[in-house]
Amino acid sequence: MIQIFAFYLFASVVIASGAFTILARNPVHSVLWLILAFFNAAGLMVLIGAEFIAMLLVIVYVGAVAVLFLFVVMMLDIDFAELRGGFMKNLPLGLALAAVFLAELIFGIGAYQAGNIALGENALNPARMGASNIQAVGELLYTRYIFLFESAGVVLLVAMVGAIVLTHRKRAGVRPQNIGSQVRRRPEEATRNTQPAVGQGVQL
Amino acid sequence: MTEFFQATLGTGWGWFVANLILILLIALPVMLSVAIVIYFDRKIWAAMALRRGPNVVGPLGILQSFADAAKVFLQETIIPSGANKGLFLLAPIITFTVALLSWAVIPFDQDMVLADINVGLLYILAVSSLGVYGVVIAGWASNSKYPFFSALRASAQMISYEVSIGFIIVTVVLWTGSFNLNDIVEAQRGHGLGFINWYGFNLLLYPMAVMFLISSLAETARAPFDLTEAESELVAGYQTEYSSMAFALFWLGEYANVLLMCTLNAVLFWGGWLPPFEWEPLYAVPGIVWLIIKISAFFFIFSWVKATVPRYRYDQLMRLGWKVFLPISLLWIFLVSGYLMLTRYGV
Repeated sequence: MIQIFAFYLFASVVIASGAFTILARNPVHSVLWLILAFFNAAGLMVLIGAEFIAMLLVIVYVGAVAVLFLFVVMMLDIDFAELRGGFMKNLPLGLALAAVFLAELIFGIGAYQAGNIALGENALNPARMGASNIQAVGELLYTRYIFLFESAGVVLLVAMVGAIVLTHRKRAGVRPQNIGSQVRRRPEEATRNTQPAVGQGVQL
Repeated sequence: MTEFFQATLGTGWGWFVANLILILLIALPVMLSVAIVIYFDRKIWAAMALRRGPNVVGPLGILQSFADAAKVFLQETIIPSGANKGLFLLAPIITFTVALLSWAVIPFDQDMVLADINVGLLYILAVSSLGVYGVVIAGWASNSKYPFFSALRASAQMISYEVSIGFIIVTVVLWTGSFNLNDIVEAQRGHGLGFINWYGFNLLLYPMAVMFLISSLAETARAPFDLTEAESELVAGYQTEYSSMAFALFWLGEYANVLLMCTLNAVLFWGGWLPPFEWEPLYAVPGIVWLIIKISAFFFIFSWVKATVPRYRYDQLMRLGWKVFLPISLLWIFLVSGYLMLTRYGV
């Protein structure tokens, strides 16, 4: 009973906030609706017993990705007229994408109704292994799929190094701060005691 | 207690009422201790500056926070005409709510925890990463330049230090083998030399304890990392346009976060509700008293740092987070897991 209530609450909020994400006039409001959608999706994950995935969803998407989105979107100089002009220009592309998604949805639901694809009936289902979520995910990722997992990590590393190489440029004439040398500097190197005669001034 | 209410009110309602009472039993003392802690923060700060601090309202000024609360409650809520009204009012509510959420998984004593979930530490990370939205939304919705700068600084700062906090937590989790906070406390029983109940006594984990303390200063935007409200540059940062209760909610949320970080320091590295030594008479004192003593000690350190350390420059803050804490904590994950592989699991 309470599960059903929670499911419909989370699901309807996800759908509504997803709709508001694309309907909101203001990009910042869009991102905030998106965050609400992420958060309620995490609620759905908790309902199916995947609390580890739910927490990761909140930490990674809400805590990091969406903050960066918000960071960028907040600094945008928003021009509503231009946004609406782009809507008509991109309409054919959007319709094409919508058609593809609709077709996939129909195929997916059709395939699901045609035969038993037994999602979640796997022997490695954590609930069946009698282990906690974290243990089950860890066992799968770090023993069974270790090479796939590590190659995914390598792909990400290459992407990161590539992005740094592409955008990094050496600029001449900058004087970066060297904290180490600043800390190492002693008073004797920086100051000098003198006793100048009256009217002589000091050598700088 | 849950059984009692379930017996009298039926399964569903009994559960609901019992949990509601338990939530109030945590939230109300937290709010009360926030009020007291603000007083002590000001007193400690004053003592270090050779001032008297609050000393007028009540004996020794102890009622100062309540007087402030009453004053703020009676003030007018001013909403700037250019502000985004809904978000402007939502931001302090987010900050305040999120600050209270994490307390659900904190173990106050052996079985004194509201939600004993097996992803407790991840839950705290998740909820504390939500805290930044209050500041960011406040900064943006105020439609004013100083709050906006403050919001940008806050989001960058929180993300930077959350990374190192995450890695530090991983070392503790590796050593314990569990994300449950109660398990982490239990694993510290007799950890050092067989009778010291501290992870901090462990030579491998001690550097992480120090780094966690510094990172928690940065995460709660306390001095010397209080760049989000640096009054010499940004007036009052994201709080500039706020007044009355909206401002008070920010204030309460901030101090509730500080208390939470003190508690986490105590739970993760200094034994939580366990007495410091494994010695039978010490167990006569209830666990919650030990926890409160440890929280107070950490809060004293927080105030001490606030009173004595000058504010960091922004680029120094980023340098410390990304170039010092991140590599060291990453290296420490390898050290700790390597050590555990050698000693505990066998290679």
